[in-house]
Amino acid sequence: MLLRLILMRLFWGVVTLFAVSILITLMVNLLPGDIAQELLGQSATPDTVASLRNQLGLNLPLHERYFTWLWAVLHGDLGKSLANGRPIADLLAARIGNTLFLASVAAVIAIPVSLALGLLTALYRNGAFDRLANIATLSAISLPEFFIAYLLIFFLAVKLEIFPSISNIVDPAISLSERLDKTLLPALTLTLVVAAHIMRMTRTSIINVLASPYIEMARLKGASPRKVITFHALPNAVAPIVNVVALNLAYLVVGVVVVEVVFVYPGMGQLLVDSVAKRDLPVVQASALLFAVIYIVLNLLADIVSMVGNPRVLHPR
Amino acid sequence: MRRRDQGQPGSVLIDIKGLVVKAATEEGTTTILNGVDLTVHRGEVVGLIGESGAGKSTLGLACMGFTRGGVRFTAGSIHFDGVDITRLQEKELRENWGTRVAYVAQSAAAAFNPAWRLLLQTTETAVDQHIMTRFDARAKAVDLYRTMRLPAPERIGERFPHQVSGGQLQRAMVAMGMVCQPDLLIFDEPTTALDVTTQIEVLAAIREVVQRYNTAAVYVTHDLAVVAQMAHRIAVMRHGQVVEFADTRKLLSSPEHPYTRELLNVTNIPREPGGETGAEVVLTIKNVNAQYGAQKVLDDVSFNVRRGETVALVGESGSGKSTTARVITGLLAPTDGEVLFKALALPASYRNRTRDLLRQIQLVSQMPDTALNPRHTVRQVLSRPLKFYFGMTGAKCLDRVEELLRMIEMDPETFLDRRSSELSGGQKQRLCIARALAANPSVLICDEVTSALDRLVAKEILQLLLKLQQQLKVAMIFITHDLEVVRAIAHDVVVMKTGRVVEAGPIEKVFAPPHDPYTELLLSSVPQMDPDWLSELLGRRAAKAPDGDVAQRSNVYALLQRGTSPS
Amino acid sequence: MKKILAAPFRLLAAMDWPARIGALIVLIYVIVAVFAPLLAPFGEAEVVGSQYDPWTSVHLLGTDNIGRDMLSRVIYGARNTIAIAIIATILAFLVGCSFGFTAAVIGGKVDVVISRVNDLFMAIPLLIFALMLLTVFGSSIAVLIIIIALLESTRVYRVARALAMNVVVADFVEQAKLRGEGLWWIATREILPNTIPPLTAEFGLRFCFVFLFISAMSFLGLGIQPPTADWGAMVRDNATLIGFGDITPLIPAGAIAVLTVAVNLVVDWFLHRASGLKEV
Repeated sequence: MLLRLILMRLFWGVVTLFAVSILITLMVNLLPGDIAQELLGQSATPDTVASLRNQLGLNLPLHERYFTWLWAVLHGDLGKSLANGRPIADLLAARIGNTLFLASVAAVIAIPVSLALGLLTALYRNGAFDRLANIATLSAISLPEFFIAYLLIFFLAVKLEIFPSISNIVDPAISLSERLDKTLLPALTLTLVVAAHIMRMTRTSIINVLASPYIEMARLKGASPRKVITFHALPNAVAPIVNVVALNLAYLVVGVVVVEVVFVYPGMGQLLVDSVAKRDLPVVQASALLFAVIYIVLNLLADIVSMVGNPRVLHPR
Repeated sequence: MRRRDQGQPGSVLIDIKGLVVKAATEEGTTTILNGVDLTVHRGEVVGLIGESGAGKSTLGLACMGFTRGGVRFTAGSIHFDGVDITRLQEKELRENWGTRVAYVAQSAAAAFNPAWRLLLQTTETAVDQHIMTRFDARAKAVDLYRTMRLPAPERIGERFPHQVSGGQLQRAMVAMGMVCQPDLLIFDEPTTALDVTTQIEVLAAIREVVQRYNTAAVYVTHDLAVVAQMAHRIAVMRHGQVVEFADTRKLLSSPEHPYTRELLNVTNIPREPGGETGAEVVLTIKNVNAQYGAQKVLDDVSFNVRRGETVALVGESGSGKSTTARVITGLLAPTDGEVLFKALALPASYRNRTRDLLRQIQLVSQMPDTALNPRHTVRQVLSRPLKFYFGMTGAKCLDRVEELLRMIEMDPETFLDRRSSELSGGQKQRLCIARALAANPSVLICDEVTSALDRLVAKEILQLLLKLQQQLKVAMIFITHDLEVVRAIAHDVVVMKTGRVVEAGPIEKVFAPPHDPYTELLLSSVPQMDPDWLSELLGRRAAKAPDGDVAQRSNVYALLQRGTSPS
Repeated sequence: MKKILAAPFRLLAAMDWPARIGALIVLIYVIVAVFAPLLAPFGEAEVVGSQYDPWTSVHLLGTDNIGRDMLSRVIYGARNTIAIAIIATILAFLVGCSFGFTAAVIGGKVDVVISRVNDLFMAIPLLIFALMLLTVFGSSIAVLIIIIALLESTRVYRVARALAMNVVVADFVEQAKLRGEGLWWIATREILPNTIPPLTAEFGLRFCFVFLFISAMSFLGLGIQPPTADWGAMVRDNATLIGFGDITPLIPAGAIAVLTVAVNLVVDWFLHRASGLKEV
């Protein structure tokens, strides 16, 4: 039963990936005019337009274009950048590591801290700490990421000079401590944004569980507050909390875009934004696919974990 | 204060004096209990009875010193074994909870933690409070499972709550309450969510275990007949006060308070002389089969409904009686068979029926709270079908709306512009009936229309329906699990079980012996206002039980020998 | 009529203090946005000084990277960004609610198909999707509004469908169906009135999200294009000043933050009240 559900979910994950890849490759057809003409501008000669059409595979029928593209992607060939003609796979390879490093540092700080704080606000709900945390997290999720980033730069980098204000890690052979030093400020920005979300959602999930009749029953059985939380509430809150964490991890991976631009951090996000500005379509498509894959896989993992944690699924009738 | 001096048998265990309980709401405070006095002796079962909102659950929980969120004790005292528990901190109270006083909730399905096995939850308090070793607690739990007549008592504890049926779960919860052999058990409507035949088993099991360990109990319910089987004394509650508190037999034979008399009289509905026999058949249900997905829910159901007559569909949950209504209204297409309206086959789906056919069959459903759009006023609710079906507008429409309101005995002046959410449950159900009648239907389907209402209100609704049927000669299909209601209003009865018709015919025939075995079981399971009813019923059933079923017979005999008087 | 005029005041009286402050701030923003040309000392794109002039009595907040008056641009920015965000949010709600209510009322295969397609669109992160569309279509205000509205409508669809589902299971909707009422009547008369409070709260939240999203796009240089004043773009254009310890670029960023916090304060109170009513 459990295996079947997981396989089913995996199957849907694969279907989604396919659908997303189709959507990404064929999106150019949404444009009413000719994308090659549009990308090159009005001054382009018919020859250059024709050659770009050829490079983008626009002359092929839709299904052929998709399968040619898919075949190449599965062999690690993501095509070439329109802007500088370099293979996209090389461009991405140089940056994906940086982005994942940044997101991981943020996750390692944000998840434990915010889960603990979320639990505390749920336990002492409507108390002074909870109210304060509510206002603080509400503000944090209301602020634009770049505002938080510049505030941190202004105070921690410019005024107090604790951290460097830009994180241009260009040399890949940089030492870990130096790398951390340069990554900490952008990671801190991401942490603030994500931690507020996790805290609020954790608080809500736990309060929902605490409102269940079996929690009242546990109290009336004489269970101590600690036992009520750890034994009766937490096992039932695991699934929603895992979902919260996965959702926010997925958000982290996307949230890096703005933060990378602020800190001039050489990651995927910056590449994506630069390519959009240059309308470098193949690079945008490849990075979008990569982001979508990470996002979909994280959501998939969350669903599977919450399935495993559900006694109804683990122990069918 | 956890001392177990075994007190004097029959000495006072709970003594409540002048208890006032208030709840904080948006609009200030409301009083839930207003000066309640109550005593419970050791080994005594006290019943608390009243309508919803009477404060009986609050009083039950107060016996543990517990109040729900936003609710608190503001005056009076609750002495539990000599200690005033209104003055204790929760930390001190907790020492008693689960050990000296235990709680059995209404819905066991919601009150068991879905994450843990039954046995672990059953033994939790005993082990945590160091009352017994894990091993002893498990043995004790299995012993109690056996006493509660749960199937496979050695193994059922290894199951998770969702793997066990509702009736079994309810008994497992009683076992959980009994593990530490508390002085007092609080039962909060423990059988309300169960079918009548399951209810009997749970009631018998509860009574046996309470008597075996001589445990005192507070039994909260809205059903006087049920509590009459369980309690030595009964407290009748209304509007946060105890209006009468007396010995069960005395309360039933010579009630003093007018409200108690009303409650006792509730099943007694004067029967109007029957409808015209041989009237025209308006609706024919012919060999109907239906499925939900792959599961068969109706199996060859057939019956007729005549003008001016009432057909009662009777059965327990899962018998297919509400599904039959869904097929008739077109919400569920039958896989086979058909429904004929005045000898004309109805399209299977309501989507394909003409407006006039939809008008002819009207439905009144179980929950008046959800059957009315809370945002609509009474005027909007009633004028919509008039406009939709008959194109009535303006003064003509208003006249008819007022006429309908007078028919259901609601004053047009007062109610016309009230929102439906501002009405009481009974008023809502009246409005639903008026909305159905606004369509001038030939057939009125009433799906459990009284089961969500308090007993006295339900009685008024039934009387109203009887009167309206006399006036309007509408054919009615009355779906219910309550056989008392059937007795009061039905001309024909269709008894259903697991999607099949077990027995059908005129009420005089179905309700008189000889019975079909299932009808017999249903009829005999309806609690009667007679304190000896359960004992006698169990005796009769034990006598009838096949010889092989020695265990059940001995159990029941054992129960009978202990009798019902407090020891 | 008197009753209608009094309604906002009654609402204000019922609020707690944070919500009241939030409502007041939102009101100020609306006034600034509406009367921007009267309030701003200089024109929106008028070059009135040299690059990065400091704060003076003429230019209260100094000038920007090409010598335009900072204060005037902050005031005009209110107008542009808020207007675009509101239009996009309203569009998103029209689309999302229409599909959501339809899926909930009709149910069955229609619901499955719409929901699956919606899930597919939600499987791609919003920002990534938007960036891709902008690459294909190029950046203009109309494109921006349509892209954001359509992408947001997938989120609105989810909420609207879930809310409508809660109402659809109620017997009064079944009654309306059995009476023979059509989709339009059921959606507007039975479902809509019963989902207005949570939808209002959702509107507030979505507005904040859209607002932040547009600001982020502008900050990345992909949103509202110059010379139109936009807070996100203003932060980007003047960010260099922060390195010199000048807080001027933080002012437009702060303007965004204050508005979204204010809206959230009101929404938070609204949600709290709605859930509180349910418990009683």
